[in-house]
Amino acid sequence: MAMASDDIARLIKERFPDAEIKIEDLAGDGDHYAATIVSEAFRGKTRVQQHQMVYEALKGNMGGALHALALKTAAP
Amino acid sequence: MNPQNDVQNWIKNEVAGNDVVLFMKGTKSMPQCGFSMQVAQILGHLGVDFKDINVLEDMSVRDGVKAYSNWPTIPQLYVKGEFIGGCDIVREMFQAGELQELLTEKGVAHNSQTLPA
Repeated sequence: MAMASDDIARLIKERFPDAEIKIEDLAGDGDHYAATIVSEAFRGKTRVQQHQMVYEALKGNMGGALHALALKTAAP
Repeated sequence: MNPQNDVQNWIKNEVAGNDVVLFMKGTKSMPQCGFSMQVAQILGHLGVDFKDINVLEDMSVRDGVKAYSNWPTIPQLYVKGEFIGGCDIVREMFQAGELQELLTEKGVAHNSQTLPA
């Protein structure tokens, strides 16, 4: 099972409307992505909290349909 | 006590009873996933003595540790009982020198090298 990068971006955008999102398909197999997400919502949060917020936005797909998503998060 | 509670207690005891614990796929000498390997290599590079727990050996631990930390992926690094992060965070912290600072703060023996030359 894989996930299209558009679907990933859409789920993230729903949760973080202000986010700047960059998604790379690392292996071209729809299964290994790297995402950089910049959103005001991350301000004051630890890295673990920031990534947990993204995983929540992905609604359980992480670790399931999405095997590998390298994450980089930051506040603007 | 139901089995899931047993697993949660077991994980709690492991991370409380060992300074540095890495839940990983495979072992430190034979990692079976690139992400687990990266974290094991970083710890090895820093000369950190850590306990490796192979989640592939026990599905209840594999699922249990994800619930324990509310974190959906493996590897997971714990230092002095605290969840530090998965591969991306550990690598980012290592490259920034923050992992070394954290180990020093927590009183965990390591050599303080940054990136390999």
